[in-house]
Amino acid sequence: MSDVIHHPAPARRGWRQSDSPVKRAFARSRTVQVASAVLLLIVLATLLAPWLAWQNPFDSASLELNDAFLPPWSEGGHGAFYALGADDQGRDVASAILYGLRMSVLVGVSAVLLSLCIGVPLGLVAGYAGGWFDTLLMRLADVQLTFPVILVAMLILGIVRGVVPEGVREQVAVLVIILAIALSDWVQYARTVRGAVMVEKQKDYVLAAQLIGRSRSAILGRHILPNLLAPILVIAAISFAHAIVAESTLSYLGVGLPPTQPSLGTLIRIGQSFLFSGEWWILLFPSLVLLALALSVNLVGDWLRDALNPKLQ
Amino acid sequence: MLAYLLRRLGQSALVLVAVSLIAFMVFRHIGDPTISLLGEDATLEERAALNSELGFDKPVPLQYLNYVGKVVQGDLGISYRLKRPVSEVITERLPATLELALIASLGALGIGVVLGVYTALRSEGWLSRWVMTVSLVGVSLPTFLIGIGLIYLFAVELRWLPSFGRGTTVKVGGWETGLLTASGWSAIILPAITLGFYNMTLIMRLVRAEMLEVLRSDYIRFGRARGLREKDLYFGHALRNTLIPVITIAGLQIGTLIAFSIVTETVFQWPGVGLLFISSIQGVDVPLIAAYLMFIALLYVVINLLVDFLYLAVDPRLRRR
Repeated sequence: MSDVIHHPAPARRGWRQSDSPVKRAFARSRTVQVASAVLLLIVLATLLAPWLAWQNPFDSASLELNDAFLPPWSEGGHGAFYALGADDQGRDVASAILYGLRMSVLVGVSAVLLSLCIGVPLGLVAGYAGGWFDTLLMRLADVQLTFPVILVAMLILGIVRGVVPEGVREQVAVLVIILAIALSDWVQYARTVRGAVMVEKQKDYVLAAQLIGRSRSAILGRHILPNLLAPILVIAAISFAHAIVAESTLSYLGVGLPPTQPSLGTLIRIGQSFLFSGEWWILLFPSLVLLALALSVNLVGDWLRDALNPKLQ
Repeated sequence: MLAYLLRRLGQSALVLVAVSLIAFMVFRHIGDPTISLLGEDATLEERAALNSELGFDKPVPLQYLNYVGKVVQGDLGISYRLKRPVSEVITERLPATLELALIASLGALGIGVVLGVYTALRSEGWLSRWVMTVSLVGVSLPTFLIGIGLIYLFAVELRWLPSFGRGTTVKVGGWETGLLTASGWSAIILPAITLGFYNMTLIMRLVRAEMLEVLRSDYIRFGRARGLREKDLYFGHALRNTLIPVITIAGLQIGTLIAFSIVTETVFQWPGVGLLFISSIQGVDVPLIAAYLMFIALLYVVINLLVDFLYLAVDPRLRRR
């Protein structure tokens, strides 16, 4: 019996209908094609970083101090080739960027996944059950939304840094920044999911599932949740863009990832000190890569939001 | 209407209580003030004396009330790093941040309205399209990248403007201002552009959207039919009706502006409260972190309330509810 209602028919049809307009919208927009190509390239680069980079830029043994400050496209000692130049410690800028990009994307993806794991269940329960839990959660969300995300993240960062003893602060920096960004962003998911659940729970398929005595968790997880995938996907895409920008900003400010495990933001922070002494490549190339990353993620996110919005189709 | 205002006041109070609780917990439970203030090698007696002086030997709820009582009186504790009263340090740094935020928001408002009107009136022109594209690109970039780009162009390559600091400042009363000297003005230009850019695009898009809508309405068509001059029509009739939401948004954004000044102040080494906050996070200067938190919360609440009142004052329809 339950198998019949397992995959509610309206939901399936809804997906299939929105499937082809999305493809058509993709074929129409040149901008989003370019942006997703750039994004694909970046994802490949992060996955293949250890093989693409000829040097592990954060293993000080492999650095060649004699090659320090070599300009882009020049050859150093031992036949090493610096396509994007070398920094003050003889580190290959191209290799540093590949590893930095990896950190930026890693932090962004993990933060999005974590805030998804916090926000979606809370939103589901709040929207379905209502009552005091809903009220409490939404008041909390109101208070948090009063402040910009970056400020909340910075505050969480400040608190965690205070709790963690000084010696291990650098080792847990990645976890801390993921936590800070996720905790400042989960509200978006919770609010959207709650609103959507309140609409969905009035529908016939939920009433039918209640009638045949499906448990609450089954109704939420197996019947309602699949119908919310589109809005969740849109928020995830947009909040991925926010997470990338937030991480790079925090790292640039010197409270994010340390120079021993730099992200693009950390590299830019380091590079800025060479801006006036003429070694422009240490700053310029990480900035350009961050620019490409932020822009392509934003464009794809915005496009996805419009493409999945039934009102705009 | 009274109910609406009371509800908003209640919400504001809730925000303040929540934030003061967080600030208290940060202040009380993170780090050991006896080590931070007295150093590692203070004796146990000295520590106990300081503990009782700070009131840390009393029950926790009483400590919270004491903390709030002190905060209300302007006593925010002593900075671990600077060994000076927090309220003194913040008042010293505040003028720099407020001047930056003021110039940035005025600039964003002025330029945003002008560009918004222009892109609405000439929505098909090449300049409008160009402005819209630049604003789209700018919005998705991290603020600090825009700041670095400006420094590179105007301070390193062209050498027109300074890249850091406030320039020469003058003391007027207790207020240290950079707005009375030429070097102060040239120092504020780049940070203000960096800080105001996002708001400028926001205001521009808002004005553009509202203008496009208003220009389609009947009263504009009738005005044109009556033979009013285009200039009067656009600026006297259309623009005026778009300004109410613009004022609201611009007002609400002041809080965001102050928060984002943390980034801008770091890029330009601008000696304001934002830079102070970042260095307190780096140095785990707990009393300063807690104080900044309270300060921002208060600012937000006050601005939100002011905007609510402004709304009531501007839009008579709201008053009848």
